[in-house]
Amino acid sequence: MRDICAAFSEIAGLRERNAIALKVAKDRGRKVVGTYCLFSPVELIVAAGAIPVSLCGTSATPIPAAEKVLPRSLCPLIKSSYGFALTDTCPFFHFSDLLLAETTCDGKKKMYELLGEMKPLHLMQLPQVQDEAALEYWVLELKRLMTRLEQAFDVRITPEKLAAAILLLNEERRSLKALQDLLKRKPAPISGMDLLTVLHNRGFTVDKREAIDLIDRLTRELAELSDQGISPFTAKTPRILLTGVPVGLGSDKVVRLVEELGGSVVCFESCGAYKKVDPVQPGKNLLRSIAEKYLRVPCSCMSPNKGRLQLLEQLVREFAADGVIDLTWQGCHTYNVESFTVKRHLQETVRVPFLQIETDYSESDTEQLKVRIEAFLEVIGTSRGERP
Amino acid sequence: MVAAGIDIGSTGTKAVIFDGEIRASVVVPTGWDPKAAGLEAYRQALECAGLVADEVQSIVGTGYGRVSLPIFDRKVTEITCHARGAHFLYPETRSVIDIGGQDSKVISVDPQGRVAEFAMNDKCAAGTGRFLQVMAGVLDVSLDQLGQLAVGATPVPISSMCAVFAESEVIGLLARGTDKGSIAAGIFHSIAARIQGLAGKVALSHRVTFSGGVALNRELCRAIGTSLGIDMWVPQAPQMVGALGAAILGYEA
Repeated sequence: MRDICAAFSEIAGLRERNAIALKVAKDRGRKVVGTYCLFSPVELIVAAGAIPVSLCGTSATPIPAAEKVLPRSLCPLIKSSYGFALTDTCPFFHFSDLLLAETTCDGKKKMYELLGEMKPLHLMQLPQVQDEAALEYWVLELKRLMTRLEQAFDVRITPEKLAAAILLLNEERRSLKALQDLLKRKPAPISGMDLLTVLHNRGFTVDKREAIDLIDRLTRELAELSDQGISPFTAKTPRILLTGVPVGLGSDKVVRLVEELGGSVVCFESCGAYKKVDPVQPGKNLLRSIAEKYLRVPCSCMSPNKGRLQLLEQLVREFAADGVIDLTWQGCHTYNVESFTVKRHLQETVRVPFLQIETDYSESDTEQLKVRIEAFLEVIGTSRGERP
Repeated sequence: MVAAGIDIGSTGTKAVIFDGEIRASVVVPTGWDPKAAGLEAYRQALECAGLVADEVQSIVGTGYGRVSLPIFDRKVTEITCHARGAHFLYPETRSVIDIGGQDSKVISVDPQGRVAEFAMNDKCAAGTGRFLQVMAGVLDVSLDQLGQLAVGATPVPISSMCAVFAESEVIGLLARGTDKGSIAAGIFHSIAARIQGLAGKVALSHRVTFSGGVALNRELCRAIGTSLGIDMWVPQAPQMVGALGAAILGYEA
């Protein structure tokens, strides 16, 4: 499947190419802003003429280094992010002029205080509720970020630049949605691992326009292959929707196991994937429109977080998922606790088999995860009337 | 139709021959070679049933060693197998608690013996046979003796769930002169508490079968039953339930 089509091969090699492209852009005087989270209002970075890049945090490699400072029981995503920074092994962190961070959870919040000692860091105070008062506060936070960007990079963020940035990023979201929606086809034309590779590598792109064209090309090529009946799966392959914590290359253990054991991950509800495709709705006040879009992200850090339940229900139906796996990183309290609510909601509405997995980036529980995932696929089989 | 089920667990390897009824059931230690243990259990089961391999139409493998044998026609997880085996023994069963060597599971079963949902321990050994083994080792008694010690004793609280920490906790208790009986009772309580937590993750009915080798320990059965407030069916050979389920799944296919 790795050589599935030309566009895919190009995207698979994108991360390395982008590290070089980023250096070139830096040498030409471009500024770079590193982001960790879907709550980062990328429109402001683009409007400031800077390059937004995702920072590394999905590999287990730098975790031992991070544990010299951070508690071992902390979420692996935080430890990995910090470890990459500490060991200077993430080129995107290395080239960042400014880090953009949000107070999404306690662990990250305190880790950002330490990161701020290594690089200039701007922390946005994220509200935890999605009402009108929170929106007004969030608009102020966006203004504060705007001022910081203008001062740091000596630029003016004009309404025209902001409007152009909204258009560009909505275009990116459109292309990402179209690609992911291809997996509504039965069987899915691309594996979950391959989709994850595309979504992961795309986050490190320097030229957004180029990346959008590349994703659109991939979507077209995959649609053609699918029209010819080419797929790594059959119509009977159990279709899994993965929800919960962010997943990327390196923290893909569960995705890999599901597909090794005969399932197909057809939808990632997580923030690098489907949570990301929600566009900015244009309005009279651009900053407010941007603020609205980001504040409605259905992340478990919000309380209550009804949006996630609605989105999940909708995606289970649209993607005809046979089962939902809720992935939680060890130490991620909000996603871990919310799992109960998610399970109850899905049982009451779409009645789809549900499995929560709590794990970390290590391979130490692979055998146990295999038993659980395999048994889950057996449950899906029997619920469809197949013999166990 | 004659079917065989082979359950290669971390501690014991079990084989059952089934043709509508249980024709043979044997258990051998898994040791360090799960493949050899699987073949040996199968050989003994055939001998016990008075059959030769050609007379068996289906062999289903389960347990953590199910990947290791090429003779299996099918491989099914122990979760599905325990549900099916418990359903055969007690058709009214709607939940199965299975405590094996390295895993503990609570399975909710539908009226046909199929898995509705399940919960399984995370990667730590809390609430498993391994935990019990480590604790017996600290007290320098066998598993049977551990059960006898606990009879009628007042349990001393053991708060560590992790086997390694519980070990140091028990060593501390011994140092302070706490009697072995109270510690043994405390160990059973600690496992029961862990199972109770796990049982909260699925819809647990009051018609529960307790399977897996750990169920051989009567004191532990009592502790779990008390903490969950239920009576459980404990099969005569609880460690055979998975292999039985595997054989039945092959028989029915």
